[in-house]
Amino acid sequence: MFLLAGIGGMFGACARFGLGALVNSKIKTISPYPIGTFIINATGSFFLGLLAKWHLEGNIGDNLWLLLGIGFCGAYTTFSTFGTETITLIDAKRFKLASIYVIASVLFGIIFAWAGLIVG
Amino acid sequence: MIIEVFYMKYTVVAIGGFCGAISRYGLGQLIPANGHFPLGTLVINLLGCLFLGWFATFIAGRYVNPHVVLLIGTGFTGSFTTFSTFSVETIELLRDNNVIAAVSYVALSIIIGLLLAYIGTRIALSMKKEQASA
Repeated sequence: MFLLAGIGGMFGACARFGLGALVNSKIKTISPYPIGTFIINATGSFFLGLLAKWHLEGNIGDNLWLLLGIGFCGAYTTFSTFGTETITLIDAKRFKLASIYVIASVLFGIIFAWAGLIVG
Repeated sequence: MIIEVFYMKYTVVAIGGFCGAISRYGLGQLIPANGHFPLGTLVINLLGCLFLGWFATFIAGRYVNPHVVLLIGTGFTGSFTTFSTFSVETIELLRDNNVIAAVSYVALSIIIGLLLAYIGTRIALSMKKEQASA
């Protein structure tokens, strides 16, 4: 059911866009750290962990998984933006910040995903 | 007027998101997981990094309709790639005590992802140089 993934994707993308704009408008002047994407990827990982557990245990069906998991969370979080932001930091010779961003994103991503899987 | 612009931005992001999510799902179905290794997500994220690196650099310094940028960059590519799936899949590999696969997955995603994003920027730069000298 491609349509379900697409619909979830629409909302996920808009959520990312909106939240990203909101966070960056408040924070970006203070620090070049891409905190918007960071928060989005961490929260999305948690939510997907939750959904994955529910789906695994049969508490939500395939359709809801497609809509919210693959559709929404998949589109809400982003790897490409994370990648280009890191390259931008490296380009600006902010090597320490780039390393922190990568390590923190991965660590928080998997920790939050793990938490979601546990809580679910 | 402001409200129209507001809606237009979200509309193009939504359209891009719709297409990106469907492409991710479709391609994910096509690429079989190599055992438990999430090859599909890896390929998708790597492709997305390459493309976005190229796209962001290609449009830099020139005027492109901001709605087109939102459609392709934020909308499509942002939704095509996924960090949450990457996170959950890594944990699932760890839970299966597949530490080597988990570490490889993270390392490949990050290292090759960043490398491809960088290569994307270089390709765009050389394309722009060619255009400038043409």
